Amino acid sequence: MSLSRKAAVVGAYEHPTRFAPDKSMFQIMAESVRGALKDAGLTIKDVDGLCTAGIGMSGMGIVGFCDYMNLTPNFVDSTSIGGSSFVAHTAHAAAAVAAGLCSVCVVVYGSTAASSRFAIGTGGAGGGGDPCDQYEIPFGPTTVGSYAMVAQRHMHDYGTTSEQLAEIAVTMRLHASMNPAAKYREPITAEDVLASRIISSPLHLLDCCIISDGGGALVVTSAERARDLRKKPVYILGTGETVRHVADGHRDFLEIAAAQSGRLAFERAGVTHKDIDLAMIYDSFTITVLATLENLGFCKRGEGGAFVQGGRLRFDGDLPCNTDGGGLSSNHPGMRGIFLVIEAAKQLRGECGPRQVKDCDVALVHGTGGTLGTRHSGATLILSNQ
Amino acid sequence: MAEQQQKKYSKPLPHIDEENRPWWEALQRHELYVQRCRDCGATRYYPRALCTQCLSERTEWVRCAGRGKVYTYTVTYQNQAAGFRESLPYVMAYVELDEGVKMLTNLVDCRPEDVKIGMPVEVVYEDVTPEVTLAKFRPAR
Ligand SMILES: [Zn+2]
Repeated sequence: MSLSRKAAVVGAYEHPTRFAPDKSMFQIMAESVRGALKDAGLTIKDVDGLCTAGIGMSGMGIVGFCDYMNLTPNFVDSTSIGGSSFVAHTAHAAAAVAAGLCSVCVVVYGSTAASSRFAIGTGGAGGGGDPCDQYEIPFGPTTVGSYAMVAQRHMHDYGTTSEQLAEIAVTMRLHASMNPAAKYREPITAEDVLASRIISSPLHLLDCCIISDGGGALVVTSAERARDLRKKPVYILGTGETVRHVADGHRDFLEIAAAQSGRLAFERAGVTHKDIDLAMIYDSFTITVLATLENLGFCKRGEGGAFVQGGRLRFDGDLPCNTDGGGLSSNHPGMRGIFLVIEAAKQLRGECGPRQVKDCDVALVHGTGGTLGTRHSGATLILSNQ
Repeated sequence: MAEQQQKKYSKPLPHIDEENRPWWEALQRHELYVQRCRDCGATRYYPRALCTQCLSERTEWVRCAGRGKVYTYTVTYQNQAAGFRESLPYVMAYVELDEGVKMLTNLVDCRPEDVKIGMPVEVVYEDVTPEVTLAKFRPAR
């Protein structure tokens, strides 16, 4: 059974806040659900499926959020695989709707990562109690350090430069300058990135995503029901998800989850790379974007450095990428997979104003969760307005 | 004396349990091991009860020469975690052992700017508490 075009995103809402010391996490989530339902032209009484996860909630946080919202859904999914969770949730919601497990499924995320002062990137990854963590925590791993080791190896093997990585950050900032809600909107140059302090070599401060508060929500329903709703449906064409880890100590760290999840999503969607008008790529760090583009097959392994140069990723370039400004400049409340799907939906509906990608009909979304240099997940979605 | 040493060491310590105890006890003796499956021959690091390739429990402990090469590394300049914020910058690396597995570790006894991918390294044993010894690496001599 193919999932292609059986379900659609019919509501998408990004909470405008970037700093909300006056709000709770669940309040941001509830406001996001309200925004997405309004966008879809549906009410809370229509909701019978819920997906959420978060760094600020307990393992059973989804039940707590149902309590807060007084919801009793027929389908719940709290897959928690890092920042990519909400990309996977969207796929799971589509599958649940297509299988008849529920009819209107909300995917939601919210966090007060900034106002609660979470030390996300450099707080020492883990404190982890899983067996695998015991061989890492004594040596001072951080989130940024794990990604930095992948960047270092890429530079060694392929001559990739800090200037090339910087171009990714520069492009994201350009896009943020056209997004009124973005946290950092002042344009930067490659020189600015290179002059910013090194956090974990070879990654500079401006190679790293920001920390903000924020939230967002999506509404997924069947293609049939989608046709009668307020907005143009954004159909789910293909999905893929998987994980990569240290693999008994035999891992090739430049081969990431996107290689497998991307291949699955393209196969299931029945489209090719040439069909993609917009790529929303999780940009926890500049290297994340470069490694993901290579592993998704937009360029060959080792060619990512050259590929991202020359404005290719600009909203008016050959492969527009992260037109909202991404996690590097717009928002990153601990996890940001949901914003990838929200921006893709808005672009496919032609709602993005000055940063609108021309003739944007097919979008690829890829979320990365966890850390590339130890364990991570990847979730890919291919979406279309047709 | 032991108590004093434990108080001073503020970095996170591994949780040692019955499954991994032989490996950590070997490190206390300044010996480094990887595991090899007696049924299918697959080598694995970190230590576990079952082979991931065939699920066999028949495990051979292979003593490592303690030599390898730097596979990749990063010099960490920012880490708020206790124990590490006092020891910045430090070098975290994957070392590929001659026995064929990569292990996460720290590079010590060298300047961060002298570290290179491919650089030959050798193990040094750091007795950080009476119970825990860590395998770190330094440039091969
Ligand atoms: Zn075996």
